[in-house]
Formats: sequence, C-alpha cells, structure tokens
Amino acid sequence: MSVAILPPRVVVYEGNGADPLPPADRGRLVASLLDRGYAVTLAGASAATAAPDGAFVVIGRFGGGPPDVAGVTVVVCDITGASVDEAVQAVEVARGDRRMNRPDGAVDVGQHAGLEAWKPWFPVVDPARCTNCMQCLSFCLFDVYGVSENHQLRVEKPANCKVNCPACSRVCPDVAIMFPKYHAGPIDGGPVSEADVTREKMKVDISALLGGDIYAKLRERSAEAQKRFSRERSADQALAERRRCLTKLAEAASIPREVLDALPSPEEIQRRAEEASARAAAAKAAAEAAT
Amino acid sequence: MSVKDDAAPRILYCRCAYAQVVPAEVKAAVLEGLATSGVSFEAVPDLCEMAARRDPHLQDLVRGAPHLKIAACWPRAVRGLFALADAPLPDEGVEILNMRTDSAAAVLDGLARGVTAREATP
Repeated sequence: MSVAILPPRVVVYEGNGADPLPPADRGRLVASLLDRGYAVTLAGASAATAAPDGAFVVIGRFGGGPPDVAGVTVVVCDITGASVDEAVQAVEVARGDRRMNRPDGAVDVGQHAGLEAWKPWFPVVDPARCTNCMQCLSFCLFDVYGVSENHQLRVEKPANCKVNCPACSRVCPDVAIMFPKYHAGPIDGGPVSEADVTREKMKVDISALLGGDIYAKLRERSAEAQKRFSRERSADQALAERRRCLTKLAEAASIPREVLDALPSPEEIQRRAEEASARAAAAKAAAEAAT
Repeated sequence: MSVKDDAAPRILYCRCAYAQVVPAEVKAAVLEGLATSGVSFEAVPDLCEMAARRDPHLQDLVRGAPHLKIAACWPRAVRGLFALADAPLPDEGVEILNMRTDSAAAVLDGLARGVTAREATP
C-alpha cells in the first residue's frame, strides 16, 4: 500500500459563532473520528476563527449560521442538534472519495472498499544513538533504508518493512533502531541500559552463531535444500529443510516465520544483499569523505 | 486563519489507533480529560503513521508553537518519529508524556501545566 495518503483532518470548531458541544459528546466525537483514521483539531473557545489549513471539513454547532470560510476549499457542516453518530456520519459524507487508511478495519469504504489497511510498522532511527555505521542498510533486503543528501542513514521506504519483523534492530550495535509498536524495550523506544547495549552487541553476533555471514549461511542452506530437491524431487522435503534451517535464524533475530517464508530465491537474496552492502559501503565512504 | 493561541503550549494527543501498545484505558481517560478541560488540542490517529507519510502537519506543529506538549509514548520514539517526518523536535520547549507507562492522571497533570483552559480565556 502506498504511504502517500495523509489522514483527512477534521476541525471541531467551538470558537466565535459556535456553541460548545456537551463535554461528554466532545470526547466521544473526537474518539470516534480518531478510531476511523481522521486527524482532529479541537478548536476551543479561545480559537478566533475556524482554521481549515490542511483540513477538509469544519464541523460545529453553528445554529444555522456557519462561519464564512469563502475562498478556502473546505466543507462546513452544521451539527447543531446532531448526535455524535450523526456528526461522524456527516464527516464521512463530506469525505466523499478521499482515500484513507482506516485503523478500525481492514478495508476502506465507498469506492475504495476492499483496500487493505496498512499497519504502520517500520524502523525509527534514534538520531542521538545512530553512528551511521550502515549495518542496518546492509542487512535489510527490502530497501527500507536509504541515505540522505548529507550521507546520513534514513528510513526511506517505511511501507517496504515487513510487519512485526524487528530484525534490523537486532543488528544495530548501538541500539539505535526502534519499532515503536514493538511490545518490549528497548526496541519499543524505551530507555536503553548498559545491559541492553551489551546484549544487542551480542546479538550482532548472530552471524557467528550461524557460522558466518547470515546471508551466506542462508544461501548455503537454501542451496543445500535445493540440491536435495534435485536429488529427491520432493518439493515438500525441500521446503521442510528450508524451514528447519531458518528456524535458528528466526529465533536469534526475532524474525517472524512469515517473513522468512516470503524470502525470495537464494539468487535473489544474494543479489539484494550485495546491492545493499554496496549502497552501505558507498554511503559510508561518502560520509567519511564529507567529514 | 488560526485556531491557536500563540502564547499557550500546543497540545498533541496520539491515539495509537493501529496497535494496542498504549493501554486503552489510559488513552481513553486522557482524551476524555482533555475534551472536558476546555483546551484546544490536536489529536491524531497515529503518530507513527503520520511520520511514515512525512505528514506536513507534523512540521506545522513543530513550527507553530513555542511550546508543544505531546501525549503519546516513549519520548525517544516520539523524537525519532518527528525526525523521520523531517520535523525534528527542538531540545527546548517540548514535553513528551508517556501514556504507555504513566497513569492518565499523571499525563493529564503534565498536559495541564501552563495551559490556559477555555473558561479562563478572555
């Protein structure tokens, strides 16, 4: 799914010219909109005017006299007397054909029905800890990482990341890669202790655990499985072998099974790994030359 | 046109709508407390999602107020998300409250410090 879809923004306006919502309704309305994927600006009594900057709809209890927002592309909905559900429905209608990534289900509505929701799972780099070593860029086979114009590591294609896979955080020697939706620290962004640093450095040695470079081992083992496949002509056996060989890697780096199962052919893995390593080396060289 | 009172801290609330890593009762109570307090605030479904999309609204938030209070999760993660969105948070003037570990009361106390409620606004 593309990440180019920004959450539609709603202004709930209670400033000049609008009556305030009942306090209990205000919270429920905002919660309902957020749970459907809308961003909300609650503009209270101190707001001088409705602010449609970046918003597509302004809702409020205008008592039949909505504010003048002429010249701005925004829909104004008068929700005087409307229930929370009716106010949410008014927003949904105003959205029209605008696409959105709905957190409340796997699909969008209207003409975009059936589009899968994207769970925002991707690495976040802690700029205070990252030393620009590029190990993550070299490790990732899915082009999640890139390099900025000033030769710094950056997360370039977050949507390429495999949901629930925190493996690249395991190869970071500086505990600089976070997955905010991970269930435990320090990968979730929690404080980093000395023990964490030591532990993560040990985990960098997962390649040693496997007897060498991770991808080399993966290729070797997949190749072995392929040979066996040639000899035995048993696709099931080859698949079982591949699964067995990958179990250790999965455990060491917390890589979900489905991510490993979805890996491309050994040749493609090799090609991507070499490409990623070359990009990392070039970025490091450029960064060193610049300093 | 503007909704913000430039003298007051701006408040940003993250719903963390795409995952269950923030306790539901805490984020619900914080939102309820904010909604009944009468202050203006920004609420987003998910900061992670907005950062991934490099939503320009995050840059507006950083630029738009001398003080910003964010109710979300771990400060290290929140700072990383804003940096990812090309909207790095300044070292000064930003307070990040962690709904992942703190109680709703503690988060609301933090949000309320230095914020003018609707009723007190002339």
